[in-house]
Amino acid sequence: MSDDKMDVIIIGAGPSGLAAAITLARAGLDVVVFERGKQPGSKNVMGGILFTTILGELVPDFWETAPLERRVTTRRFSMLSEDSELAFEFRTEKYNQPPYNNSFTVLRARFDRWLADQAEEAGAFIIPETVVDGLHQENGRFTGVKTRRADGDMSADVVILAEGANSLLAEQAGLKKRPGPNHMVVGVKEVIALPREVIEDRFALEGEQGTALEYFGDAVKGMLGSAFIYTNKDTLSVGLGCSIDHLAAARIRPNELLEHFKSHPSVRNLLRGGEIKEYLAHMIPEAGYKGLPRMVAGGLLVTGDAAGLVNTSLYHEGSNLAMASGVMAARAAIAAKEKGDFSAEGLGSYLAELNSSFVLQDMEKFKNLPEFISRHTHFFSEYPRVMADLLGAYFRIDGTPKRQLQREVIAEFRKRIGVRRFLGDMIRLLKAMR
Amino acid sequence: MSEGSSAASNQGNAGIGGYLKAPAKLTLEDKLFLVAFNVDKEPHLKLKDKAVCAACKAKPCLYICPVENYTLQGEEVVLSWEGCLECGTCRIVCPHDAIDWKYPLGGYGVNFRNG
Repeated sequence: MSDDKMDVIIIGAGPSGLAAAITLARAGLDVVVFERGKQPGSKNVMGGILFTTILGELVPDFWETAPLERRVTTRRFSMLSEDSELAFEFRTEKYNQPPYNNSFTVLRARFDRWLADQAEEAGAFIIPETVVDGLHQENGRFTGVKTRRADGDMSADVVILAEGANSLLAEQAGLKKRPGPNHMVVGVKEVIALPREVIEDRFALEGEQGTALEYFGDAVKGMLGSAFIYTNKDTLSVGLGCSIDHLAAARIRPNELLEHFKSHPSVRNLLRGGEIKEYLAHMIPEAGYKGLPRMVAGGLLVTGDAAGLVNTSLYHEGSNLAMASGVMAARAAIAAKEKGDFSAEGLGSYLAELNSSFVLQDMEKFKNLPEFISRHTHFFSEYPRVMADLLGAYFRIDGTPKRQLQREVIAEFRKRIGVRRFLGDMIRLLKAMR
Repeated sequence: MSEGSSAASNQGNAGIGGYLKAPAKLTLEDKLFLVAFNVDKEPHLKLKDKAVCAACKAKPCLYICPVENYTLQGEEVVLSWEGCLECGTCRIVCPHDAIDWKYPLGGYGVNFRNG
């Protein structure tokens, strides 16, 4: 491996690392990306919605060339009890026009390869099949990487850690501790094949339209987490994410939980005739704003999942924040090179830019949500069950006069939840999201 | 693992009527048959100290692993690495930080075709 010093070394060819690589290479810096997979994307997993505001800035009209699956024109949120479902759906043709609400379903093995091609075209070097095991340090500054290859050291002015959720190097560098199981989510999913026409018929789609269905409550047995079905061209991404500490405490296996979700009466009919193509697992960092690690040190920047940059609210954006942080880290490295100052102060514009953008502003807005939700788990267990019972009673057709029916439902609500308790919960929820 | 392959290949249905049928239920073994691996001879995961695992009451690794790579053989926690999807959940859940967790050698390990 070359002893030539690079301007920037990036670890990880995911959305964040590649967004950084594109930005740096276009500015004329020497940049190399180390990727441990056989090729970019072969280790990478997401539920399946890619948010593309930043991608659109890097590659205008990307939807004409990128291997996208479908435009997300329908969002649906659903609460499951054991045998019932209450859903909210929003469908609009507006999202079927450019830039398609910046939301597309993707399969990462294909998408990340394409994004890596864009980085190579810009002039970045991508070196796959290479694990980085450590960082070099000199006089308190990070100066390069140790790869698991013979003669595999390389030095650079700046190292960008875009290594993903399982961020061993950021821990090793002392920027964060091993995350607690309450701060990480484990996700499992299946890619299930169905003919295009069957998917379009079943989900009432035409052309490139797509749908994103999110499920709470009994979908993950009332635990902290959610499940999903996302439509791709001729496959469905079906999976769930659940807080690791909740799963561990309940002693429920992720694969069994996924089977539980798939067998729910409201879900199983959407999967009929499907053929499982792949089974995948990955972690998501969900510590939120209050759990953010240190993201800057001398010669070092941390981006994307490695930096815990995930909007843990209903929006559940990760890829967008990852790509934004990659671009911002690149800009900070470019500014540092101009100044000739690669110290933490010299790279400080990274944090300033994160703070003044949607990345940390959105995370700050929802900073109390993770803690709030973990103290109000009855939102996912008790409430869906009561709601299903009350609605079941309300829509009951059995000759009971409606006045009496409504009285019964109100009395049942008072008995099982109570007006004060419910209003208190709602006010606290709104406060946590203010 | 070879018994699973027939169930895996019997999935799916021909003709539009077939798509009204419930999907075949695959075991975890069947599912792992569908995943591409390039298995390294050297394990990338190790238990640091078997005594720590033996003394561990909760043993959450036995439940949390998405591919159930941690099993109990007698009293002993046994770890296999071949079907590992490299999510890292076991390292996070372990109350004693007793898992030596490295990434597999570059190009080895799981090779997702969809992602």
